[in-house]
Amino acid sequence: MYEQNFQVVIIGGGPAGLAAAVSASDNGAERVLVIERDRELGGILQQCIHNGFGLHRFKEELTGPGYAGRYIKMVQERSNITVLLDTMVLSVTENKTIVGVNPQDGIFQITAKAIIFAMGCRERTRGAIRTPGTRPAGVLTAGAAQRMVNMEGYLPGKKVVILGSGDIGLIMARRMALEGTRVEAVLEIMPYSNGLTRNVVQCLQDYNIPLYLAHTILKIHGKERITGVTCAKVDQNMKPIAGTEFYLECDCLLLSVGLIPENELSRELGIQIDGLTSGPIVDQLRQTNMAGFFAAGNVVHVHDLVDFVSEEGEIAGKYATAYAKSEIGAVNKVVAVTSADGVRTVVPQMINLHEGDTLPIRLYMRVGKTERNVKLAIMSGAQILLEKKLAVAKPGEMIVVEVPSDKLKTSDDKITVILKR
Amino acid sequence: MKNTKKTDIVIIGGGIVGTAIARELAKYELDIVLLEQHPDLAMGTTKANSAILHAGFDAPEKSLKALLNVRGNELYRSLKDELDLELAVTGSLVVATNETEMKTLTELEQRGKNNGVAGLKIISRDQVLVREPNLSPDIVGALYAPTGGMMWPFTAALAFAENAIRNGVEVLTECPVTGIKVDNGKVVGVDTPQGFITANYVINAAGVHADDISRMASDDSFTITPRKGEYILFDKSVGSLVNTIIFPTPSKISKGILVSQTIHGNIFIGPNAANSSDKEDVATTTLGMKEIIAGARRLVPNLPLSSAITQFTGVRAVADSGDFVIRASTITQGLIQAAGIQSPGLTSAPAIAEMVAAILGNQGVNLTPKRSFNPINPPRVAFNQLDYAGKQAIIAKNPLHGRIICRCETVTEGEIVDAIHSPCGARTVDGIKRRLRPGAGRCQGGFCGPKITTILARELNIPITAVRKDTAESQMFYDKIPGGCEVTADV
Ligand SMILES: Cc1cc2nc3c(=O)[nH]c(=O)nc-3n(C[C@H](O)[C@H](O)[C@H](O)COP(=O)(O)OP(=O)(O)OC[C@H]3O[C@@H](n4cnc5c(N)ncnc54)[C@H](O)[C@@H]3O)c2cc1C
Repeated sequence: MYEQNFQVVIIGGGPAGLAAAVSASDNGAERVLVIERDRELGGILQQCIHNGFGLHRFKEELTGPGYAGRYIKMVQERSNITVLLDTMVLSVTENKTIVGVNPQDGIFQITAKAIIFAMGCRERTRGAIRTPGTRPAGVLTAGAAQRMVNMEGYLPGKKVVILGSGDIGLIMARRMALEGTRVEAVLEIMPYSNGLTRNVVQCLQDYNIPLYLAHTILKIHGKERITGVTCAKVDQNMKPIAGTEFYLECDCLLLSVGLIPENELSRELGIQIDGLTSGPIVDQLRQTNMAGFFAAGNVVHVHDLVDFVSEEGEIAGKYATAYAKSEIGAVNKVVAVTSADGVRTVVPQMINLHEGDTLPIRLYMRVGKTERNVKLAIMSGAQILLEKKLAVAKPGEMIVVEVPSDKLKTSDDKITVILKR
Repeated sequence: MKNTKKTDIVIIGGGIVGTAIARELAKYELDIVLLEQHPDLAMGTTKANSAILHAGFDAPEKSLKALLNVRGNELYRSLKDELDLELAVTGSLVVATNETEMKTLTELEQRGKNNGVAGLKIISRDQVLVREPNLSPDIVGALYAPTGGMMWPFTAALAFAENAIRNGVEVLTECPVTGIKVDNGKVVGVDTPQGFITANYVINAAGVHADDISRMASDDSFTITPRKGEYILFDKSVGSLVNTIIFPTPSKISKGILVSQTIHGNIFIGPNAANSSDKEDVATTTLGMKEIIAGARRLVPNLPLSSAITQFTGVRAVADSGDFVIRASTITQGLIQAAGIQSPGLTSAPAIAEMVAAILGNQGVNLTPKRSFNPINPPRVAFNQLDYAGKQAIIAKNPLHGRIICRCETVTEGEIVDAIHSPCGARTVDGIKRRLRPGAGRCQGGFCGPKITTILARELNIPITAVRKDTAESQMFYDKIPGGCEVTADV
């Protein structure tokens, strides 16, 4: 029944996908489709019932569902956007045929002129960090716990330890405390928190929850349900220091140990993945190495603010539409963007300059570790294209820099972003 | 007094051995009850092992292990179709890294021939590296065993049990045997929390606890020592690291740390071997991980450690003799031992079952074939293995197949509901994982866990707070604490 053609098909109805759909529609795409596997749009925002969303985009503080709600409304207002909920994409082919499945329509095929990947990310698990010990009930990823608490209304524990001080870990520490659960500690293997500073203050300090930096869990105890964890301090190489072990009793361990972009569909298709971001290599239009396949949001690189996700969705939506209408001009120069010397990741990883490009190009970067009083420099060989002073650069906070496009017209074919101490 | 039940034969233990015996004995006109202490079958050693269909060249000549391994390997070929088993005969390699090890391989080859293993041959370094390009350049040659293979132990045990149930066997879970009543040197029945069960024959397939069971019937002729083996499992995205099963050259005590594909295309490394004092200790350890990583690197230098998805530990039930203990008790009449079933226990299970049936026959049990015996399990439809039209057809029959719950392994809600309502249906989140693999993929249940919890509660008609992860007391969620702060969303 859905054997239909769309100009732009977006896989994933989270903030990236929603912004992409709105932008595709506003940029003149005639038929836009959003495919979402959950029963409602909004993605992970629907379980993020705390506030702090939308300060950049809407200049006000919204909750996750509140932020999602605004975009859902925009999608609903645009009659050329079709939404398929409760629908899973099983495969995508090179010639842009999508196989999807849902209970109402069964299995079906759709063709698209352009496809945008907006599948978001998944949480790293205990297995990925190889924490030794037993495998009892009560060990969950923070996101799964968040879903149970906020959407289903159940508590995963009454005495909680959280491993990882990423934003979800911090938010869940406060959330559990608000529910009357005792939060014993948040442990972080790095000597700094990976979360936003405001979350460290508002979620831990305001609730007197101890944060153990440079600490990890050596062992999980408990046969049926977790009974406690053995913790220890770690050295600079993240190796546990003998003699610093201590035991924390708990009936729940939440893991917030990182997010991984969900790129199974893109990988199967043969889209090139950046080993550092774990997302597709994209250009400034968010087009991947395969023509007509775009990507936006956490599927590209893990963002810390949804506002940037929406922005990326808009870019992808706009240019996917341009691609679908054959309006992207010929490329007359390709510049590779790489990172080095303290800068860990950069997006986009490619800049394809077209005839008549005038807009500045925004680079989104993350550093490898916290550094103070540094300069971020964009280098073309030995020449500095641009420099920006940073009082502090933290891995947890994305750095954004705009490069005027005319500077790129004269640059080398490869530019590098670095930190200068 | 609680319920009492009367049967001909009680089987204690719902691992691969107990279930294979149940299925074998279901061929005869006998009343059989299988008792398992846990909420699900295959939660003991059967759930954590190398899952390899061994060819049979390891075990000492004339040992029960050798005999039953080779026979079991053979029997699985026909069982695969009858019971719809997940099993593949892929061949296996034992690799040598120096000339001394090459000599050991020649000995193994000879031993294998004496054990009756077909098709063994030594292959050259080049032949090995063509098949397995990621192996260490130090490799000098290998012993190739064409009858080696992979299987999926949980679904195999469940398939045995399901077929047994279809043929009249009763399976009781959460039913630990707490005592065996012996009268005049003869077994008369077993005590369980669900009541006393009268039986003339008790088959002891209680895995690591087999010596405890035996002692309940006053037979202390053997002891079981638990020996732990740890594993690391890797994501399918690195599934081509090796293409089959790679063993190192074995030492005197163990087959060593291997690197192998699983039948579902993941990779695993392990196991080490560490004696333990606690039969229930299945914790993984820092030391164990180090040991298996080092061991595996000798075979494959570049291990994709960042693609690890889980770690687990299995416990070998090692009898003091070192061999399987399969015999009628000489102390208590009616007690039949199927104990000390360490590796190659999975492979041997169907042959152990044949042997137990023969022992019962010798003990005077009347083995009249059951006319109605149906050896076939209807094949399970795995959504992700159907083609487009097949998928369309099963969704048309049951729209729940159109809802994918596990995105890593593409498992539908329909499959999950079927697994809950099948003959020995899943009762726990891990029970569903063992049957269908949601939660066994790269997200390890991060996405599907909450959904599966909700489906279990709905289908079993129990509150969410009663849904368990795995063991009897492994409930996962509490009701919210009254008085806790409610945050409402402003949409
Ligand atoms: C590390 C490791 C690797 C292995 N690799 C392989 C391999 O590659 N190939 C191979 O062929 N074999 C292998 N094996 C061996 C194989 O896994 C075992 O031989 C086999 O699983 C044993 O099955 P079982 O039924 O005897 O024991 P189990 O699976 O342990 O079953 C015993 C059952 O008895 C129940 N039980 C215990 N006490 C009671 C009681 N009082 N009342 C009721 N129920 C009770 C337990 O709960 C359990 O379910 C390996 C084993 C290990 C540990």
